Amino acid sequence: MTAVIEVSDLVVRYGTATALDRVGLTVRAGELVALIGPNGAGKTSLVNAVLGVLRPAAGRVDLGGRVALVPEGRQMFDDLTVEDNLALGAWRRRRAKGARDTERVYEVLPRLAELRGRRAGSLSGGEQQMVAFGRALMAEPDAIVVDELSLGLAPLVTAGLAEHLRRLNAERGLAVLLIEQNARLALDLCSRGYVLEAGRIRAEGTAADLAAGPDLADAYLGGPAGTEEGT
Amino acid sequence: MSAFLQYLVSGIAVGCGFALLASGLVAIHRVTRVVNFAQGMFAVVGGMTAGSLLAAGLPHGAAEAGAVAVAGAVGLAVGIAATGKRGTSPQSALIVTLGIGFLAYAVEIMIWGDNPRSHPGLRGAVTLFGAHVQKQSFLVIGVAAAVFALLALFFGRTYAGKALSACASNPYAARTMGIDPVRMGLVAFALGGMLGGLAGVLLTPLQPISYNSDVLLITNGFAAAVLGGLNRPVVALAGALTLGVAESMVAGYGEASYQTVVALALMLAIMMVRASRRTALQEEAAR
Repeated sequence: MTAVIEVSDLVVRYGTATALDRVGLTVRAGELVALIGPNGAGKTSLVNAVLGVLRPAAGRVDLGGRVALVPEGRQMFDDLTVEDNLALGAWRRRRAKGARDTERVYEVLPRLAELRGRRAGSLSGGEQQMVAFGRALMAEPDAIVVDELSLGLAPLVTAGLAEHLRRLNAERGLAVLLIEQNARLALDLCSRGYVLEAGRIRAEGTAADLAAGPDLADAYLGGPAGTEEGT
Repeated sequence: MSAFLQYLVSGIAVGCGFALLASGLVAIHRVTRVVNFAQGMFAVVGGMTAGSLLAAGLPHGAAEAGAVAVAGAVGLAVGIAATGKRGTSPQSALIVTLGIGFLAYAVEIMIWGDNPRSHPGLRGAVTLFGAHVQKQSFLVIGVAAAVFALLALFFGRTYAGKALSACASNPYAARTMGIDPVRMGLVAFALGGMLGGLAGVLLTPLQPISYNSDVLLITNGFAAAVLGGLNRPVVALAGALTLGVAESMVAGYGEASYQTVVALALMLAIMMVRASRRTALQEEAAR
């Protein structure tokens, strides 16, 4: 299968500090891939390098299609309406016919149609995350990078958004790179994953293998698989 | 009563000029976070160029439009110098604009000399309830109103205008979507140049300008823009009109040389009130 996102030997530095040290990662078409890591591991540096916002010191980022971002913290255009936020998501394809037509997003995320005239800054966190999703979909991407899906959201809201992701992946073959601190959520949703720590890939494999592995289980899942305390 | 009306209309006209200048400042500041101290220079360039083009035989309309275009190009050049290099901080860019403002003095003196210059605008006056008001004043008010309506349409209805607002609101998100804040900043500078140039073109027939008129213009424009925290065009418009009328009244009933003092005193008062408010808010937050 062809790679939509191919990162090889990526090095990102801020002055003398190295944020990413020879990181490699692949997301193939139609795949759901998790990137798990604690705060400061370099996850957002990787996102910024993939999106071309940040120039790496070394290494390569090859994109086999259009990649859009659902950024950490939603990053709304607060003063603009939901409709305008969505329309701007199509900026890269603005000259294509019908590129700015938001109806196709409202079909997938009908709740947004009810909010279309509202100022994005006035919405709840969950609603804003949905706008961020819609905005990414407006780019007609082959892959979306979701930076911290669960951050600051109620578990029920996160579960709903995860379900949307699963559906988009299943129905449209949209590849997803899910960047998460919440390892359980990420591994439940994705088939494959990477663990990033202190700027390096510490582990990679199928979600099942990673969840069963001792390092990840101790650090992120509160104990090896199957030993979770009963509730 | 007739004197009052005369001062009022000419004050509104001058206030419209300040408002055009201020809206350029606001447009640039919103997108780039840079306070552009070369904004007054755009008006000088606009006013002087219009005079030169008229003297060269261009008809009214074409000469003024040409002058606004030249000011827009100068605005773009200032934008490139101040913000073209990625990663330049708004503070550094501010100093660059200040430097360019001074450099412009030399260039303007070389081209146009150091005497005040003017060009004919709309000739004649109309009598309104016994007051003689220059037709040019009404032209300034009409053109400014039309330009503000167009600006509102541009920012509120067009895709490019919304992209500019998006850069102002969240440059990071804009960049991840492929909207380039540096390029959008240059668009804002060009727009600021055109608005400043238009202010100069419209005001020069009412009051002659010279190379250093930019100080007076930027003081007033900045005072108006600061009223809205440099981010709210409508408040800046209201501030500019208030300033224009207040100065016109001071000049009419008192002493013309006190005009600028009014603007400066108002700006100082606003900044002091704002600064004290912010401290109170910070104290509240720290509690």
